[in-house]
Amino acid sequence: MRQALAMLLPLTLALVACQREERDTRPQSALGSGEQPTPVTTLEPGGQRPSPTDNKAASFEANAFHMSEGKRLFSWFNCSGCHANGGGGMGPALMDEKWLYGSSIESIHATIRDGRPNGMPSFGQKIPDDQMWELAAYVRALGGNAPSSAAPQRNDDMMVHPSENRLPDAATLGKSP
Amino acid sequence: MKRLAFMALAPFCVLLLQGCAGWQSALDPKGPAAGELAWLIWFFTALCAVVWVLVMIALAAPLVMRSRPGDEPLLLNAGAERRKMRVVVSAVGLTAIILIGLTLLSFFANRTLAAIGSDAALTIRVTGHQWWWEVRYENATPSRILTTANEVHIPAGEPVRLLLTSTDVIHSFWIPSLAGKLDLIPGHMNVLDIKADKPGVYRGQCAEFCGAQHANMGTFIIAEPRSKFDAWLNDQLQPAGAPASGEAKAGADLFLKRPCVMCHRIGGTPAGGTVAPDLTHIASRKTLAAGTLTMSRGNLAAWIADPQGIKPGSHMPVADLNGDELNAIVAYLEGLK
Repeated sequence: MRQALAMLLPLTLALVACQREERDTRPQSALGSGEQPTPVTTLEPGGQRPSPTDNKAASFEANAFHMSEGKRLFSWFNCSGCHANGGGGMGPALMDEKWLYGSSIESIHATIRDGRPNGMPSFGQKIPDDQMWELAAYVRALGGNAPSSAAPQRNDDMMVHPSENRLPDAATLGKSP
Repeated sequence: MKRLAFMALAPFCVLLLQGCAGWQSALDPKGPAAGELAWLIWFFTALCAVVWVLVMIALAAPLVMRSRPGDEPLLLNAGAERRKMRVVVSAVGLTAIILIGLTLLSFFANRTLAAIGSDAALTIRVTGHQWWWEVRYENATPSRILTTANEVHIPAGEPVRLLLTSTDVIHSFWIPSLAGKLDLIPGHMNVLDIKADKPGVYRGQCAEFCGAQHANMGTFIIAEPRSKFDAWLNDQLQPAGAPASGEAKAGADLFLKRPCVMCHRIGGTPAGGTVAPDLTHIASRKTLAAGTLTMSRGNLAAWIADPQGIKPGSHMPVADLNGDELNAIVAYLEGLK
């Protein structure tokens, strides 16, 4: 009897593995409620959060699923046309430590949504909000600003640069320990 | 009592055979490749059934037969032993002959399969995506190359060569009524030759688990007489027609301004995305979302409004459209015959 109980315990523990990661692919917003808020100020560089009340940032930042979706969209939406896989070309590089308009996920989301002077178009109407957050999360991973445990770890095509989880950590890059 | 229950069940088992016909069945072949395979299946099954019955009889016989009083199990009778040996050796010999025969049969069937497309005039490239099929009609003249999705029109009675590849994970192309299954592998091209003897619609299905919506990755082979096929091809090569009504015109505008344009292509408009199904003649297709919904105005609207409810995990996102915008876009797409 006691043996059977002892066997049951690990079996019960195995049930814990049945919990599947929740992937929210169906935004709560009803049809047409995705009106983009008009930014109240055009001055938001340097890390000042343009929409500090937006609670989406936390759920998208450093989320492995959203970052890998962002990686797929980055190539699907031809971001590389200007940013060249993050290395920069016609548009600025995304994998260095220079951020013209702030490195927070909210700033990057605002950049994609509203565009920036000298070339960055506004995608506010063209990309669903959640996908913009996914792209923003991925762009942060490109610069080494995402934990390597969550950043995308494989490329579907030939490697143009090490996968994002092997990029140097932006927080410690260039600093001696 | 138990036996009675079994006998009552037997007629219902016959009902199961009903599933063996229809537009997606390997046992209801509509082309030479599937015919060859179906014949093999039946012949193998019949022969193996006969062998199985004989073996069962041979095994059951000693259990049923009464031993004669003079039989002594420990006593060897040289004459009887020799007889038994002869039976065993001839059974082994027969088994070897049957196995070699079946191997040869399947070998010759393979030769027939390989010869089907040797003179194929039409080459179609089928690319697997999560979770839909990209269909590209190859042609030496670039303006005659046609890209469509999920439905493969072919001329009936003519061999067609399919080049199979994938861009994300491994899929498998399987039209049971026409041919065996063959994998679509990223970075590799497989060749499958098919031929439909008679005009008709044959359903196919992805046969290699490829993710959340593997089950909703259907395809249709539509075999038509040559003249009809040529007319279809010429129609499909035309750019999309101009929107007919004011609402459709507004929809065409919205299509270019809202998320649709990021992924989809509509020939003759600036929409040129290649990562999602080509919508140039979407209303001429029978189904939506790779065989998930039948084509209708209501289903179009439902698919655009709630793709993640209909096909959870698919790459079609929820676009934030209000009711008027949705109606306008649906009116436009509905007119793209």
